[in-house]
Amino acid sequence: MTVKPLIEARDLRVTFQLPAQGALPWSKPRLLHAVGGVDFTLMPGETLGIVGESGSGKSTLARALTGLVPATGRAIWQDGTNLIGLSPRRMLKYRSQIQMVFQDPLASLNPRMTVGQIIAEPLTTHHKGLGRDEVKRRVKDMMDRVGLLPNQINRYPHEFSGGQCQRIGIARALIVEPKLVICDEPVSALDVSIQAQVINLLDELQRDLGLALIFIAHDLSVVKHISDRVLVMYLGRVMELAGSQALYAEPRHPYTQALLSAVPIPNPQLERDKRMIPLRGELPSPMNPPSGCVFRTRCPRAQGLCATERPALEGGAHLTACHFPGALRPEELATNA
Amino acid sequence: MALLEIRDLTVRFATTDGEVSAVNGIDLDVERGQTLGIVGESGSGKSQLAFSIMGLLARNGRASGSVRFDGAEILNAPPKVLNRIRARGIAMVFQDPMTSLNPYMRVSDQMAEVLMLHKGLGKREAVTEATRMLDAVKIPDARGRIRLYPHEFSGGMRQRVMIAMALLCRPDLLIADEPTTALDVTVQAQIMELLADLRREFGMAMILITHDLGVVAGACERVMVMYGGRVMERAPVGPIFADPAHPYTQGLLAAIPRVDQKGERLTAIPGSPPNMTNPPPGCPFAPRCAYAMPVCETMPPLDPFAPGRERACHAGLATVRAGHAPQPDLPEPAAADLDEAPAGLLHEAKP
Repeated sequence: MTVKPLIEARDLRVTFQLPAQGALPWSKPRLLHAVGGVDFTLMPGETLGIVGESGSGKSTLARALTGLVPATGRAIWQDGTNLIGLSPRRMLKYRSQIQMVFQDPLASLNPRMTVGQIIAEPLTTHHKGLGRDEVKRRVKDMMDRVGLLPNQINRYPHEFSGGQCQRIGIARALIVEPKLVICDEPVSALDVSIQAQVINLLDELQRDLGLALIFIAHDLSVVKHISDRVLVMYLGRVMELAGSQALYAEPRHPYTQALLSAVPIPNPQLERDKRMIPLRGELPSPMNPPSGCVFRTRCPRAQGLCATERPALEGGAHLTACHFPGALRPEELATNA
Repeated sequence: MALLEIRDLTVRFATTDGEVSAVNGIDLDVERGQTLGIVGESGSGKSQLAFSIMGLLARNGRASGSVRFDGAEILNAPPKVLNRIRARGIAMVFQDPMTSLNPYMRVSDQMAEVLMLHKGLGKREAVTEATRMLDAVKIPDARGRIRLYPHEFSGGMRQRVMIAMALLCRPDLLIADEPTTALDVTVQAQIMELLADLRREFGMAMILITHDLGVVAGACERVMVMYGGRVMERAPVGPIFADPAHPYTQGLLAAIPRVDQKGERLTAIPGSPPNMTNPPPGCPFAPRCAYAMPVCETMPPLDPFAPGRERACHAGLATVRAGHAPQPDLPEPAAADLDEAPAGLLHEAKP
């Protein structure tokens, strides 16, 4: 028997309408394609990392899955329901299955609620029948689990450090026993030493509870560390999707190669010897993305075909959306630099 | 004589919660043309160190000790003296380029202002020189874009403008405070490369303040690791990474996930950074340190132990080195030790 994917996304799109420049009531709104047709599957218990630079649409994609921004296309949950376009009432059932952990640990906690109230809120929303003692017991168990002292239950968020606040955010997400937790840059606001604590915690919880994680970050080393598979986004589209080891060892898409080559390595010898793949120019405006392959304007390997035809995401287990995938050769870099 | 000589620099802030000591008695020399990386987490005092050199401390901040630039004392010097040194002697690049540029002024005006003020150039000359500098930091179409406002540039381009502005008067020392933290990796790589090129070209010394050890590895000759307002370790860049001699440096290196290595469980440093209104007595790292001993209640001196290398730690060098590869059993980084450990981190809840 094959295991059904937890989520199967097909042609997922998020389009924002912006007022036209110098807008008049009758002028057509401008369209911003934040996420332009994304396909992926996520298996139960799997960690999918999403990387990309700012403006690549990675956070919007996450928000679309939780219904926080309107999207089109399909995101089929395990039970066959399309989560996209569900009415808020029908979505409620799935919200307890899909929880989120946000970037700014302090800003995502209500400063006027105690830790106990914050962690209990999803529980009392989704399981209305629970008695007060039962709620309190579960909250305390969860606090213990994420490394908070249960006797801190009556304290307020400002009394905690950033790492502790992120633990509260994680406890709040896990209290309803979700199947999927979407973490949007959960450690980027934390210091290195604290970041490692939170990553280890997420790693552990995921293994113990059999959670699926979608882990969004701009830090490629963090994503590599935690993910089974990694999805690379650029300008709202998937460039590459592959197993973490394969993607980092043998990136096929020129963009992934450039992105990886830019990550600083904490080893002076390696850092100074490494060959950086320079990217030409700047990120194009998502209002006016390039035709064909969205990366072609900055790609060292772009050819005529790239401008006319959008490459499909192909390649079995190691998917690449590129007409000419494969490792860049030194001469290709030389002509570009 | 070193270009910059700092002796016993201490920075304190008077706050409603009491006095916060951000920097505690730091000695530091920076030679001409040298690059020094200052690494530390938030609250380590690395930025306040830079601000005190430039005379930019917040109003409730007080600096004491001595900072000599090119032989002249500049710590707490009157604005007139500082203004002769700023831009021409020492220039600074800040973390967030959007909030450090004036949103109401065209880039041409802001840049020309620097040259008119510090070099007495006329407006037209100043703009010509500014355009040349924008070319030097590789902003395409510098002549056209110098007339734009800051918001019309992307984050990376804005940081280039900041760098160009800092270099206008060809300073001897550039202090870059987290210059790439707000930027994407690909842009960060471009900016770091640009800084390296310009530094070579102009022969400047540079102090690079960052929390990113990877950035330091690529850009600096010497590294100073700070924690709780004190220097933990100082060494040339090679040994810091290959043979960290302080438990905190070791901890930092073990805590970073690496893109060039296979991922296993990260070794986190237990506990949280100290609260500087109520710092632990002695070594600020002691409450989180696997090697802590009773003697750590007194601050160890920063002692040289090899050419160019210094460390401030009571634990024996051999002991610390032995712990480098397999970490001893550290307590879980849970909040379990929170109640005793970093005193003052959690204020008692008001009844």
